Amino acid sequence: MFIGQVAGEIVSTINHPDYDNRRLLVIDRLDLEGSPTGGYLIAVAAVDAGVGQKVLVVDEGTGARQILGNAQAPIRSVVVGVIDSVDLSRG
Amino acid sequence: MLLGKVIGTLVACEVYEGLQGVPLLVVQPLTKSQTSKGEPIICADSTSMAGPEELVYYEGGREAAMALRETFVPVDHTIVGIVDQVHLPDQAGGQ
Repeated sequence: MFIGQVAGEIVSTINHPDYDNRRLLVIDRLDLEGSPTGGYLIAVAAVDAGVGQKVLVVDEGTGARQILGNAQAPIRSVVVGVIDSVDLSRG
Repeated sequence: MLLGKVIGTLVACEVYEGLQGVPLLVVQPLTKSQTSKGEPIICADSTSMAGPEELVYYEGGREAAMALRETFVPVDHTIVGIVDQVHLPDQAGGQ
């Protein structure tokens, strides 16, 4: 899993059937300090997250399919949580 | 998944078993603001509806094969949707 920030949304009407009625979010990858690393990806929203929010993203197929309840879905990236805070203890 | 732009089509007269009839397209990977990034790739198309100049999103890895009718085939990238609109509210400036 990794930490990301919702940058926007993708609207799509023609898609693979397993993507029907799923919200697609554009996610900026963040480092632990919360600054963008420059990378992004498009993920399916399994929780309600809005633009600007920090989120937890699963980028692994089997876990993603389990969350979405479809063992055949060709989906790998899923937003699974909205992050309140990240605490780091560094010596 | 990442954004890409279809820049061409590919015809293969002979393909591996299971890939017959699967459309193959040349796709330029894009950043979220739709500027080109990296080398073009060849994608299978699970929608069978994407064409040149269209903005699409594609999945790579194991899920690329799972998106096709025949799910145990040798492909590494597959288009899973055609983009109507990308909403990036903060693109113009600010955080």
